[in-house]
Amino acid sequence: MTVLLIVEQVLNGLQYGVMLFLMAAGLTLVFGIMNLVNLAHGSLYMVGAYLATFFYTQTGSFLLAALLALPATLVVGIVVELVALRTLYERDHLDQVLATFGLILFFNELVAIVWGRSALYTTLPAWLSGHVVVLPGLRYSVYRALVILVGLAVAILLWLVVSRTRLGMLIRAGASNRTMLSALGVNVTLLYTVVFGFGAALAGLAGLMAGPIYAVQTGMGEQILIQVFVVIVIGGIGSIRGALVGAILVGMVDTFGVFVKPMLGTVLSPVAADSAGPAIASMLIYLLMAVVLALRPQGLFPTRAS
Amino acid sequence: MSLATRARPAAMALGLVALAAVPVLASVLDQPFYVDLFRRVMIFAVAALSLDVILGYGGMVSFGHAAYLGIGAYAVGVTTYHGVSNGYAQWALAIVASMVVALAIGAISIRTSGVYFIMITLAFTQMLYYLGISIEEYGGDDGMRLATKSQFPGVLDIGNPAAFYYVVLGILVLFLYLAHRLVNARFGMVIRATKSNEPRARAVGFSPYPYKLIAFAVAGGMCGLAGALLVNQTEYLTPEFMHWTRSGEIMFMVILGGMGTLVGPVVGALVFLLLEQVLSAWTEHWQIILGPFLVLVVLFARRGLWGLLPPGAGRNG
Repeated sequence: MTVLLIVEQVLNGLQYGVMLFLMAAGLTLVFGIMNLVNLAHGSLYMVGAYLATFFYTQTGSFLLAALLALPATLVVGIVVELVALRTLYERDHLDQVLATFGLILFFNELVAIVWGRSALYTTLPAWLSGHVVVLPGLRYSVYRALVILVGLAVAILLWLVVSRTRLGMLIRAGASNRTMLSALGVNVTLLYTVVFGFGAALAGLAGLMAGPIYAVQTGMGEQILIQVFVVIVIGGIGSIRGALVGAILVGMVDTFGVFVKPMLGTVLSPVAADSAGPAIASMLIYLLMAVVLALRPQGLFPTRAS
Repeated sequence: MSLATRARPAAMALGLVALAAVPVLASVLDQPFYVDLFRRVMIFAVAALSLDVILGYGGMVSFGHAAYLGIGAYAVGVTTYHGVSNGYAQWALAIVASMVVALAIGAISIRTSGVYFIMITLAFTQMLYYLGISIEEYGGDDGMRLATKSQFPGVLDIGNPAAFYYVVLGILVLFLYLAHRLVNARFGMVIRATKSNEPRARAVGFSPYPYKLIAFAVAGGMCGLAGALLVNQTEYLTPEFMHWTRSGEIMFMVILGGMGTLVGPVVGALVFLLLEQVLSAWTEHWQIILGPFLVLVVLFARRGLWGLLPPGAGRNG
């Protein structure tokens, strides 16, 4: 019984972890290469979720909606890069934080104007709403399992692109020395746009997969964004490997927070456990971050000296 | 002294007189709403000023300053809930508790720098926000009403809008003076030196960490008092005080007014809150205007509104 519960929570942690990873990978790439702190990354996640929900209600096909929402988010990302963010690369982090904060306010309000303030809920198509038997006695949602598989597949694909292709080589070169790369004749401006669009598409993918699991509403992007910050701070900013490890770690810790209350219940009175349990559970990932930083201020996988 | 070098002192004196006159004008015009509005402006001015001490002078980009606003507010709200409403005790607790939390957060985040610092301060504030939401006894995410305002028996009654207004004005002026002394003292010079060039500050023989940490804690304490004032103003305690957008707003006030100046944050708080007032009266979707406005300020008005006035002869104008 308890073993099955733990396995189920591990799967839930993995599912949340891969979504965090999709967000963290884009954010950490953009930071590693353009040296840009992009708070509006969460907005792209939100845009992905809304667009997927919109296309789904229009077309009636979940797959088609996903295939439409992904390039649409990519286009939104590229437009944002061209219009607003391009001028920010040379500015300091304070300017970047504030300007992208402004973009968040803009996107949240834009979404509220177009789709209203109340949350949207999607019902999954029949072929995704069933359960698979993972272990004897443990049935797991097909959709969540699919999210895990897609997330892991993207992680592998990302690793192949970064380490095995010409684009990946340029990305790695850009991260270690931008000036030299452009002196060698590479169109760095174009590379930036490509990488940003790439990151936007990953955020959009996370968003469109989040739609059926969580509520689609304004501000959903920031909720996950701050946890993504925790992920990349733990993993080491600029490191994709760090993002993966950090994301799985944070996903697991956050999911296993549900066990805090029953565990406290064994040492404290039920009343005390009832009030302290949720409070501690909600703080766990930040405490994890504090511990990691106290031991390794540059994260688990530090990139170049900063 | 030419006319230009006197622009800032003149604007400051004029602003102070105008602020002091607000309750009088409001009662003459029979518009008590303005006392409330400008009191709110001054409370946020205190919060923005405290952030400017570490951001503008210390170069620490804290994206979690709303945490201390929240802790100050909870110090008052929680003690009132348990039947203690002595104002001296409450406000002292607000300051001390905020300083202690700032020390803890600062001790970890100041070990890092740059973008790590931004993300960590943001994350810790989010942690406190979720903590506030999950404590059902103190209202959870709905918040709770403040049963009574802070009591100063025999001295003054902050239930009187004008009296409360002048208390806040007094605190603002006091903090402006203290911040002025602080940033021009040896201590302030060290944190400013660290901001402009940390390796050089080290080479001269200073160890920046304790200086930055103390500045961080002092700023936290100042903002904690602003939180205590804010909860007395709204008479409602809610975790929303610590919401991350609040941190962004306080930071925007500093930039809008002009960071690295003491009057700048006050001007920033004034313009921001008046803008919010005007825009939100005009359209429910006022943030769609505020967002791009923020982007434009960052891109084109780097020095802020106060920075548009020519600097005076003094070191801080």
